[in-house]
Amino acid sequence: MDHSSWFSLLGLGKYDYILGSILVLFILVCAARIIKKNLSQEGSELPDERFSIRTIFEILTIDFLLDLLSNILGSREKAKKYFPLLGTSFFFILVSNLLGIIPGFLPPTGNFNTPVAYAIVIFFMYNYYGFKENGISYLKHFAGPVIFLAPLMFVIEVISHLVRPVSLSLRLFMNITGDHMVLGVFTDLVHYIIPAIFIALGIFVSFLQAFIFTVLSTIYISLSITHEAEIE
Amino acid sequence: MKRVLIFIAVAGIALLAAFVPGVFAQEEAAVRGEFTRLGLAIGAGIGIGIAAGFAGMGQGRATAAALIGIARNPGAASKILTPMIIGLALIESLVIYALLIAFLLQGKI
Repeated sequence: MDHSSWFSLLGLGKYDYILGSILVLFILVCAARIIKKNLSQEGSELPDERFSIRTIFEILTIDFLLDLLSNILGSREKAKKYFPLLGTSFFFILVSNLLGIIPGFLPPTGNFNTPVAYAIVIFFMYNYYGFKENGISYLKHFAGPVIFLAPLMFVIEVISHLVRPVSLSLRLFMNITGDHMVLGVFTDLVHYIIPAIFIALGIFVSFLQAFIFTVLSTIYISLSITHEAEIE
Repeated sequence: MKRVLIFIAVAGIALLAAFVPGVFAQEEAAVRGEFTRLGLAIGAGIGIGIAAGFAGMGQGRATAAALIGIARNPGAASKILTPMIIGLALIESLVIYALLIAFLLQGKI
């Protein structure tokens, strides 16, 4: 079905998803500037009384993400070390997905290329962190438990490692696209009240998919930075 | 100042990348026989049906185990909820792979 969006009013309908990503970037940077201005005032150690952008981001990052990451990674220092990459992926994917709920916008993750980009970044970064933590003995992760099975295990492990970015990107892309399509079909059927339920479902799915992406990335990073002695 | 410059550079590169004319692959309209189209349609429908059915069974078992855990220990409800949500999303991602194949088949009818 043909989807006309705000960008197609400017005649740029073909580049919807790239312009959507740039819009997400602008939204996040503006939110960051507002929060920084709020934080640099006096009395900023206390939380805000009213509901503001700073409280939303504080709840999402400190109470939710940091605890989750320190549960999976093991300690809070490691969570703070990998927090820029994982926190950015969470917020970027969350806002990208939520942009599709607003009528007239297409979600940037609704095109196959955007989640592939996120997944390739995570793939390179967890391998990079594995090499940085363990040195060349990161390759022992691919060897399996017994050294005699190493050639067979190497093939299996490489295949399972290559499937990880594919599964991350496919899951995110198909969830958001399928959800958008379901919303479209039901809006065509019943125009008035029923689509509200599907918009609520869309908000839930956006949040859940961003959460799942971040949790799986954290699990992959935690698997790759374990030292050999800790596996025994 | 430097951060603003870096931000402008990244946004500018992204904007430039948006307007590079893309190569869109043209699929020629293939004329398929009647039985091919019958097979494609039945395959798409039954495939996603089986995937959704088994995923429903799997997610039901996962939720049932989580509910039994919460019933035994109501204080640990939030600690049980997080792995349950992760498990449900992973089972659902298998259905999403089957949905992708169903879309590909249905597009070729």
